[in-house]
Amino acid sequence: MRLELRDITKRFPGVLANDRISISADRGQVLGLLGENGAGKSTLMNILSGLYKPDSGEILIDETPRTFTDPRQAIEAGIGMVHQHFQLVPVFDVVEAVALGAESVSGPLGSFDRKTARARVLELSQQYRLNVNPDAKIEDLPVGVRQRVEILKALYRKSDILVLDEPSAVLTPFETEELFGIIRGLAKDGTTIIFITHKLNEVLEVADKITVLRRGRVAGTVDPKEATRERLANLMVGRDVELTVAKGPAQPRDVVLELSDLHVRDDRGHMAVNGVALQIRAGEILALAGVQGNGQTELVEAIVGLRAVDSGDITIDGKSVTKSTPRQIADLGVAHVPEDRNRDGLIGAMTVAENFILDTYHREPYSNGIRLNRQAIDERAAVAVKDYDVRTPSIHTYAGSLSGGNQQKVVVAREFSRPVRLVIAAQPTRGLDVGSIEYIHKRMVEQRDQGAAVLIVSTELDEVLAVGDRVAVMQGGEIVGVVDGDDATYEKVGMLMGGVH
Amino acid sequence: MSRATRALRPAVTPILAIVTAFIVGSIFILITDFNNLSKLGTDPAAAIGGALGLIGQAYYAMVTGALGDPDKVGTAITSPTARSVATAIRPLTETLVAASPLIFCGLAVAISFRSGVFNIGVEGQYVLGAFGATVVAILLKDTVPAAVILVAATIGGVLTGALWGFIPGFLKAKAGAHEVITTIMLNYVAAQVVLFGLRSDFLRKAGSSEPISKVLDFVRVPVLIPLPALRLHWGFVLALAMAVVVSWFLFKTTKGFELRASGFNMHAARYAGMSATGSIILAMTLSGGLAALGGSMAVLGDVTQMSNDISTGVGFTAIALALLAGNRPLGIVVASLLFGALSNGGHLMGIKTGIPADLIIFIEALVIMFVAAPGLIRWLYRFDATRMPKRFDDNAAAKEGSAA
Repeated sequence: MRLELRDITKRFPGVLANDRISISADRGQVLGLLGENGAGKSTLMNILSGLYKPDSGEILIDETPRTFTDPRQAIEAGIGMVHQHFQLVPVFDVVEAVALGAESVSGPLGSFDRKTARARVLELSQQYRLNVNPDAKIEDLPVGVRQRVEILKALYRKSDILVLDEPSAVLTPFETEELFGIIRGLAKDGTTIIFITHKLNEVLEVADKITVLRRGRVAGTVDPKEATRERLANLMVGRDVELTVAKGPAQPRDVVLELSDLHVRDDRGHMAVNGVALQIRAGEILALAGVQGNGQTELVEAIVGLRAVDSGDITIDGKSVTKSTPRQIADLGVAHVPEDRNRDGLIGAMTVAENFILDTYHREPYSNGIRLNRQAIDERAAVAVKDYDVRTPSIHTYAGSLSGGNQQKVVVAREFSRPVRLVIAAQPTRGLDVGSIEYIHKRMVEQRDQGAAVLIVSTELDEVLAVGDRVAVMQGGEIVGVVDGDDATYEKVGMLMGGVH
Repeated sequence: MSRATRALRPAVTPILAIVTAFIVGSIFILITDFNNLSKLGTDPAAAIGGALGLIGQAYYAMVTGALGDPDKVGTAITSPTARSVATAIRPLTETLVAASPLIFCGLAVAISFRSGVFNIGVEGQYVLGAFGATVVAILLKDTVPAAVILVAATIGGVLTGALWGFIPGFLKAKAGAHEVITTIMLNYVAAQVVLFGLRSDFLRKAGSSEPISKVLDFVRVPVLIPLPALRLHWGFVLALAMAVVVSWFLFKTTKGFELRASGFNMHAARYAGMSATGSIILAMTLSGGLAALGGSMAVLGDVTQMSNDISTGVGFTAIALALLAGNRPLGIVVASLLFGALSNGGHLMGIKTGIPADLIIFIEALVIMFVAAPGLIRWLYRFDATRMPKRFDDNAAAKEGSAA
């Protein structure tokens, strides 16, 4: 079916989220919807799925105007959503999870007709080569398969229009390739697909048409055959962007961080880091690649002193820190940019100025040990805001009201304000706009050139390849390979991430 | 935006909540006013007039009961004698007496809430603080000068309450016991400890079979105004001083910074190298100590005799007050004065109009309800939500972040 959204406008208090947005996709076409966080993609999709009502504009399906007042109507109209966060009941098997809410029933009591449902799931799975075992339990399935169950769910409800919201966020490069194959197959059979992402490579690869959103408006619609990454980035940001990280060759010196036979358990007591050995030298950037949930989080927490080490040793400049507190480790010159900046990196309800001194508030000149020196704190904040180009109305603005990029700049500015010997940056550019990514990378390279050892943990291959002087890949709690930066290619690292040795 | 509007902004919702509560309160007076309601069919004009008159009388009595009777103030000005002046200002001083324990307890609640722990045990800490002060006072009776007894008893009371706050803090920090549960339970324990203690011959009033202590007539917090029948004492000044101290502590010191940081976002505080467990224990201990200071002042100043009636639920009212004030120390003083005035003025209203003093509790409850549901107030008065100060909810912010 042909889908068209015409002049959609949606206003929230203080924000114009969608400003006369028009997009369209023909039957069997893959529309790539590209935009940064806050560009209005989610609002637009929530309107399409019936969660929000647009202030003005119309939704046309096969040229017929439709209005949805709740998600059920959107589903009945043939629109299927595959959300970034899966909506599956973990203890159900695939048939139950797929049929939930659209069960076929039989008998006088209307009991669930599993046989019919199972047959249909199997048929769909085969038709679109989804390769899903209908009897497997959801919680036993890997994420890539769970996503295919979500797609099955939409197909089961006879969706002719499939909306995929950042589908590759949780996938390995290999699984992403598989997903693209499925998308192409679905499109060939006549399904209209809207593929939402912020990754340039992906839209170029899979979309038949690309619409770029910027600040709630359509910045442009382009043909992927004629588009380049640079052109798309320009449309997304509104200016030219440096997509590669400019840096000279690394000059590694003495070892700063050394991990030997490190074992760390996760919250549930499972061994998340399983015998990791790694060295990082002063003057080099080691990029640690890997799909989310392969022990990177626990590894980082162990290094910075937030998680107990089960066995093995962590040394910084030859000094064992296995039993040190976070503050003792920070005092050795460790700058830590945490993975989840809203949870761990910032206090949203405190001001920008207060966030700058979150780890130095107890020191001169910010306090004399008892009393805070507001003047010194404000002066420091004013300088940092300027140095790191933090866009904030004032240093007394709540940090939580800044954009993601500016929040991250606050974190980075704070961490780099102390003498830095070792940088531990986990997903430092997650959710940031292209311009901020460029800026954060530049600062990381700067630290390296000033002689710090830098560890960047990332799930984004682009980032890993762009910044890493060496690339290590973590999988299942182990380092499955270390590749020299010059030898690191998409294929090589991607294969290691996917578990193919 | 000027300084004044910025300072007043957080007060918009509470003020509208109070106004609304009084309006709804008058409806309550109307529908329980059977005298006038029964006349509605036969003489509607008189019925409506009578009803409106009653509302006016009731609120007028409430105001004079809380602040003072203009006639008596007039008499005091034209012929100032000790007695006439005391009579004129007595309602006002009684309002301040009623407000003092609320200020102490409200500050105690606020310090814990600001630190991200929910001390529901202020009531128990208040009562036990009063008890501790009583024990020390009776122990020291006739051994040292009264002034020394006063200081020692106050310190003893504060330490008892601080200990009563430390226990749940320690349990949470070291064993993960949820402080809401433990503090609620410790309220009961505190009440029983007091009852048990007051049954001993050492503490119990001679010849009494009731659990009430000996009269502490040998030690007394000095009164502020030396006129007959005025109870207002230096405890009120101490309460105001504590508001300043708590404000200074929370916003100007490193420890206060740690407590607030942990309170807003324990994860980020931990990542920044702060000790989360230390903050929890410190916050609970300080909170308990503040509440107990209030209890000590009450037993050594207001009533001079310990019993379980020392608190009329101030520890629970204080939770509502802290909410009303958004955990701001100055706001707590203002809110406590308001609640003190309401309960004090309510007595006179009850005597003069026959409207049950329970109306006061009704109005207090409405105020709290409207403050707890700011959306309701915004809807009622149609003011723009986006112009309201942004309320921060770390959980929501974190969720947004991880969803992005």
